[in-house]
Amino acid sequence: MQYAPTVNAMIKYTLIPLLPFLAFIINILLGRNFIRDKAHWVAIPAVFGSFVLAVSAFIDVANGQVINIDVYSWIVSGDFNVSFGFLIDQLSAIMLLVVTSISTLIFIYSVGYMHGDPGYYRFFAYLSLFVFSMLILVMANNFLLLYFGWEAVGLCSYFLIGFWFHKKSAADAGKKAFIVNRFGDFGFGLGVILIFLTLGSLDYMEVFNRAGGIAGQTINILGTDFDLITVICLLLFCGAVGKSAQLPLHVWLPDAMEGPTPVSALIHAATMVTAGVFMVARTSPLFNLSATAMNTVAVVGGLTAIFAATIALVQNDIKRVIAYSTVSQLGYMFLALGVGAYSAGIFHLYTHAYFKALLFLGSGSVIHALGDEQDMRNMGGLKKFMPQTYKVFIIATLSITGIPFLAGFFSKDEILWRVYQQGDLGKFLWFLGTAAALLTAFYSWRLIYMTFHGKFRGTDEQEHHLHESPPVITVPLWFLAVGAVAAGWVGIPPILMEHGDRIGEFLAPVLGHAQGHGSHAEEYFVIAASIFVAVAGWLIAHRMYIKKPEIPAQLGAKYQPIHKLLYNKYWIDELYSKVFVQPTLKLADKVILGFDTIVIEGIVNGIPALIDSFSQGLRRIQTGLISNYGLVMTLGALCMLIGYMVFSG
Amino acid sequence: MVPLSWYIMLSAVMFSIGVFGFLARRNLIIMFISLELMLNSVNVSLVAFSHYLQSMNGQILVFFVITVAAAEAAIGLAILIAYYKNNPTIKVDEINLLKG
Repeated sequence: MQYAPTVNAMIKYTLIPLLPFLAFIINILLGRNFIRDKAHWVAIPAVFGSFVLAVSAFIDVANGQVINIDVYSWIVSGDFNVSFGFLIDQLSAIMLLVVTSISTLIFIYSVGYMHGDPGYYRFFAYLSLFVFSMLILVMANNFLLLYFGWEAVGLCSYFLIGFWFHKKSAADAGKKAFIVNRFGDFGFGLGVILIFLTLGSLDYMEVFNRAGGIAGQTINILGTDFDLITVICLLLFCGAVGKSAQLPLHVWLPDAMEGPTPVSALIHAATMVTAGVFMVARTSPLFNLSATAMNTVAVVGGLTAIFAATIALVQNDIKRVIAYSTVSQLGYMFLALGVGAYSAGIFHLYTHAYFKALLFLGSGSVIHALGDEQDMRNMGGLKKFMPQTYKVFIIATLSITGIPFLAGFFSKDEILWRVYQQGDLGKFLWFLGTAAALLTAFYSWRLIYMTFHGKFRGTDEQEHHLHESPPVITVPLWFLAVGAVAAGWVGIPPILMEHGDRIGEFLAPVLGHAQGHGSHAEEYFVIAASIFVAVAGWLIAHRMYIKKPEIPAQLGAKYQPIHKLLYNKYWIDELYSKVFVQPTLKLADKVILGFDTIVIEGIVNGIPALIDSFSQGLRRIQTGLISNYGLVMTLGALCMLIGYMVFSG
Repeated sequence: MVPLSWYIMLSAVMFSIGVFGFLARRNLIIMFISLELMLNSVNVSLVAFSHYLQSMNGQILVFFVITVAAAEAAIGLAILIAYYKNNPTIKVDEINLLKG
């Protein structure tokens, strides 16, 4: 049901993205000379204000006020009509809460983490711009505004990955993220164009209402007929694959860890990378019409979940492990979306935001204490130096591995149960998901044991400086820890609690209910299986890294090819480098450079040379001798006179 | 009564002498004088026509020509002196700063 929005409501919803944008403007204009290390006094109140307004918007939506308002007409050109408008329904309300709450905590954390950085004001300016873009992305009521937010978050991601741009690896990682995302966004852009061409509108509501009308139509691409809706959905999904780092475009996310840790937590774990999940859920009325597209989403998600988890097993960089874990968890979300369990996907997005942000910020706390050391082989034994960080890390790990009654358990279990119900393909994907859960438990505990247990393996100087992080860092961690424990309680499955799955019911008006049936026995089986793998992974990690620390090296030596394969991330980066990057560079070197020197420079240098030789001839006329000029003038006058006399005659 | 054609002849002769002087001589001062001669030949013809047509327009024009000629001579000679201070010559063959 929709109500006519009042002016007050309109101002309120406009302010949600506008506040961070104002913070961006103020910090970027005045930061360098006036605000400097007080930039957080501008940014934190702004993003906290957005959070308060988001809570109020959420309460409105919970009371049944779904709002779809056009703030103003953005583009009007013939039939093409796009407004700058907001759609605040159950889905965007949840996203608003996730984005603004996590942003607020991470902004506070950044005060401690980025303290003393010369680019302090710049950091908060970009972070505010990111929050603005992300809010536009989730609040948009049409595809073009969504696309705007989509590209804007990508831009901010580029800025922030390359925040320490004097480091070549950081600058390269920023470029890589941007370029890899181009591939996905190209498809996304084509999808939006195709939607406009076939449905004549970009407004969500109109598109979804008209989508049924084009079901069964085909489109001819290169002589083959394809189902129109499937093509649109797959193009949109292309964008999601890029932004949410799914196979085969996942390569940018682990490299993006070159950015400051708060950025990894906010952009590359909690919010931006989940934009793809949000977008697919938002366009679920289109995806529902195409079984092919849905299956593609599910298979890509399932494969990514297990694929990224295997890589995470052997990585040694603490942030990279968590980054691959993010890729894997995003795979779970797409798995859920692909089987039509949209609300389960969004549920996991929401719980994942808390425990993954917590993992990242916790690792940031560790990195900070060790003076920018990220290699876990040089850590160990931090438990007694950093008890607070250790505790929140344990909470986050229990949550992500799916230990019962923590957030990750409910959301992951919901996904696996929904997937299990979907026939043979579902069973297969469920198996992949459960196997990935086992790996998740293993690498998460491996991270804990390598970092916090055993003996400290770093330098003496590092050990001397070891300290717990200040409260400005630990307090946000504890807030997130509360989320990592309790966020899942809104989605307790009905089998365990009466009137459970509140979040699913809440989202049902937008996303519908997941299809599929299963007996109680089967559901208990799925739950038991996921608890079993969570505990099994934990025990294996415990055995390998605490009881018998020599096992990992032995295993690594025994199965050296596999270890190498995983450690080198399946050589996908090398493959892309060989197949795409090197040929492109070669092309640039040979063909483009040749074209440039011969054709472009030929034109650019040729025209001036032509004019030059012409003027070289012409300059001889200018002798500089007055008598010559006089003579020419006189002859000219004489000619005119004679001409006059002859022709007027 | 002197007929109009005589005045025109006089004017034409003066003008031709002026043109010849301007083209043939190399001394800047002489060239200036030739220039003045040309202007004055025009003045003569203007006055003659004015008288012939019983109209004052021509005579008024003559005043303007005289004024402009005076100003032009003043500026020309000033430039000449300024140039001479830097480059002690008034032979136009040697004054070719504007050569392209």
